[in-house]
Amino acid sequence: MRFAGDSGDGMQLAGGRFTDATAVLGNDLATLPDFPAEIRAPAGTIPGVSAFQIHFASRDILTPGDAPNVLVAMNPAALKANLAALPRGATIIVNEDAFTRRNLEKAGYAESPLDDDTLSEFTVHRVPMTSLTTRASEGLEGVGTRDAGRAKNLFALGLLSWLYDRPTDVTERWIEGKFASKPAAKAANLAAFQAGWSFGETTELLDVQYKILPATDVESGTYRQVNGTTATALGLLAGSVRARLPLLLASYPITPASELLHELSKHERLGVRTVQAEDEIAAAGVALGAAFGGHLGITSTSGPGMDLKSETIGLALMLELPMVIVDVQRAGPSTGLPTKTEQSDLLMAMYGRHGDAPLPILAAQTAGDCFRSAFEAVQIAIERRTPVILLTDGFLANSSEPWRIPSLEELPEIDPGFASAPPEGESFLPYARDERGVRPWAPPGTPGLEHRIGGIEKQDGTGNISYDPANHAHMTRVRAAKVSNIAADLPPLAVDDPGGDADVLVLGWGSTYGSIRAGVRRVRDRGLKVAQAHVRHINPLPSNIGEVLRGYDKVLVPEMNTGQLVKLLRAEFLVDCKPYNKITGQPLYAAELEEAIVELIEAPAEVPA
Amino acid sequence: MSATLHVNGNGNGAEHRLTKADFQSDQETRWCPGCGDYAILNAVQTLMPDLGVPTEKTVFVTGIGCAGRFAYYMDTYGMHSIHGRATTIATGLATTREDLSIWVVSGDGDALSIGGNHLIHALRRNVPVKILLFNNQIYGLTKGQASPTSERGKITKSTPFGSQDRPFNPIALALGAEASFVARTLDRDRKHMTEVLRQAAEHKGASLVEIYQNCPIFNDGAFFNLTEKDTKVAAQIRLEHGQPITFGPEEALRGVARADDGGLEIVAAAGNEQRLIVHDQHREDPSLAFALARLADGPTEPTPIGIFRQVQRPVHGAAASENPGRAVGDVGALDQLLHAGDTWTIA
Repeated sequence: MRFAGDSGDGMQLAGGRFTDATAVLGNDLATLPDFPAEIRAPAGTIPGVSAFQIHFASRDILTPGDAPNVLVAMNPAALKANLAALPRGATIIVNEDAFTRRNLEKAGYAESPLDDDTLSEFTVHRVPMTSLTTRASEGLEGVGTRDAGRAKNLFALGLLSWLYDRPTDVTERWIEGKFASKPAAKAANLAAFQAGWSFGETTELLDVQYKILPATDVESGTYRQVNGTTATALGLLAGSVRARLPLLLASYPITPASELLHELSKHERLGVRTVQAEDEIAAAGVALGAAFGGHLGITSTSGPGMDLKSETIGLALMLELPMVIVDVQRAGPSTGLPTKTEQSDLLMAMYGRHGDAPLPILAAQTAGDCFRSAFEAVQIAIERRTPVILLTDGFLANSSEPWRIPSLEELPEIDPGFASAPPEGESFLPYARDERGVRPWAPPGTPGLEHRIGGIEKQDGTGNISYDPANHAHMTRVRAAKVSNIAADLPPLAVDDPGGDADVLVLGWGSTYGSIRAGVRRVRDRGLKVAQAHVRHINPLPSNIGEVLRGYDKVLVPEMNTGQLVKLLRAEFLVDCKPYNKITGQPLYAAELEEAIVELIEAPAEVPA
Repeated sequence: MSATLHVNGNGNGAEHRLTKADFQSDQETRWCPGCGDYAILNAVQTLMPDLGVPTEKTVFVTGIGCAGRFAYYMDTYGMHSIHGRATTIATGLATTREDLSIWVVSGDGDALSIGGNHLIHALRRNVPVKILLFNNQIYGLTKGQASPTSERGKITKSTPFGSQDRPFNPIALALGAEASFVARTLDRDRKHMTEVLRQAAEHKGASLVEIYQNCPIFNDGAFFNLTEKDTKVAAQIRLEHGQPITFGPEEALRGVARADDGGLEIVAAAGNEQRLIVHDQHREDPSLAFALARLADGPTEPTPIGIFRQVQRPVHGAAASENPGRAVGDVGALDQLLHAGDTWTIA
């Protein structure tokens, strides 16, 4: 189901409320907000269209869905922008009041599509939402026509809530809380929501109501709805709490990463400090300064911000201090498509620093999984004294799903293991290493541990400046080994191959998890065999991954880039993995993956010459 | 701060009075012979025991350039960071560790060119760090290119036909950012430098100290007008709080006065006593300090040294640290947060 309207129409809000009601009902779900980069593109035009898609069901949901079965179009531009995505037979509910001559022109319609055969393949319901909303608030004290008109998104929400039998109390409670200090707006929104619901119930315009039962095949536990941003914030916070280190997030506003700054800045009570720095570089520096001071230093950004932070990340790596860099990937290069998703920073995370500069990289798989990935990024950073890059993306950040809240026992304690003063007569060695290659962390304040660190190459052990050629070679290898050693403590790559006899493996990473699972399910539903695995640790990769890759005749690597993981795998393991790439700024669709997988299954095996 | 010597726990229970030697690391200093940096290092190491902050609570963060090596020579905590970014790292440290005494050592290229943005924002925020800006009006470590404080027309390796760009006046820049402590001193005036550094150390908030520092290799003598015996009396305008601003030899004493057009002018002190400006470093409005900073276009002219401005204003991070109820490691609060909003249970 997709809500689409002008970016001022409140479609994201309507979608978000529908999602909450759906989650509380116990349906499984996935969502995809799709909004323009402009804050307010000209009203009524196609660039100004904002949409929110939600996919929900009684069974487990893996993606926000390829094509919506129901479209709510609040104006002609919203209809035009979304029509191509609709499957034949889909239901379209339009706000008839918005189909004026002027709005039709803005959307580029010469004739109203409601009057010609443009929509002949669809079931169309014409609802005068604006006038019904206005009428609903007539007589309410203090409600002007402006307040009334603005509430039409709540009318649409009410209508759709009836259509899908969503509980109304969740939304009504939300309206009451949101507008507690604005009685007129509260009254107008409640009236609009209830009017939408009643309209569905009383008219025969919509002759069908859907009932979707709570999902049944899900793990037991307490659930809530989260989007990737909230889950990332909670995961970082959980890491801070379990390490007993105060969290400092330094960030510079950038889409779509800003939301993480907003989210974490709410939690000062848990020891969080946030700094909105003067630029991306400063944000990285502030986080590193906090890490030097013995706190959990985190910086977050998207796309171009990563370019700017590279030098500081290199310094953190050289200093061997813990730091977490959250990269909410977006379509690039340069400004690219700020509000659209892509997985194109993988190679940059791997190699985007001068010198041989490897560091651990994790990639979150679903909105809820951002929690676990963020927690683990904190854990690795602190325990291994290294900057860690956490890759999420715009899709994960904004999409939401039901999330099983972990119990505290599931979250291990993280030991910062601060250095203590050396025995009398011995000097402190800031670059002495334990068996994992990890050096001591000695924040200022402890007598006897005064030491200097810096970006210049250091002598192993003492940390003093060293230009010795053999020492540099040694230190380069030591730093790399420290990162590759982490693989020994990672779980092996799990492969889902029910019969154990598939010839084709689909291997992905990051936010394509749901789409790939859904694509694989479709292939299996056709009676074909296919194995599936998903990489969370990009660097180091799980230690068994080479074995897994060589265990299949063919390997498909779908990515939302031009083939970045596939390059790594081919280079590292000499396996002829096949890329499947999508670079439209939109998530992968299950249907296109189904097709790609089937094509590879049916392709004749290549015979080596 | 009194001359009381402070004690330092050295980890084995014994305690001793801090001395200069406690602040000297075992690393060999490697600046060029005759470099002004030696005098600054010496003055800082000598001052440190008087400040009452033990070595383990003192941190030097430096950027890149000759001044960047400073951190290695102090037996305190230290970080030699990257070009221009020392202020950002110091900001992160100061935000999280208000128990520390944090110093940034930077140069004219590091602080005013590549790190210019960070400098003005650290001053704007009033981050509690002491920023020492070693100004030698040249790039030294990269071997002699024009810097943002090089005078117009200066011939360097990167400006063979003379520098075209107008230089920054670091004091005016800092005052423009409304820094709460702004001072200038000289590498060759140990007493003046020590006193300015002491006041910078005691200031609550960001302090910026510009130190005119001789580079004997690439810009030798740039400040000799101000530092050498035969010229300095006529060239140094010593700002002293509460005193009329006068300078020059007794027999030809001059002073700074308000001109008829509202600006400042240099006049003979004799006969103009009533017009002379009395220096008030605590003046809230930085305009007069700015005008003083603009008296000289460069060190070849009579130039003010001393503390231009020292005012109290809210310090970065102080509000957050006063906020009660911050609980690190509170699993109960975390659990509550995880369960925030609508939840449902599946058996």
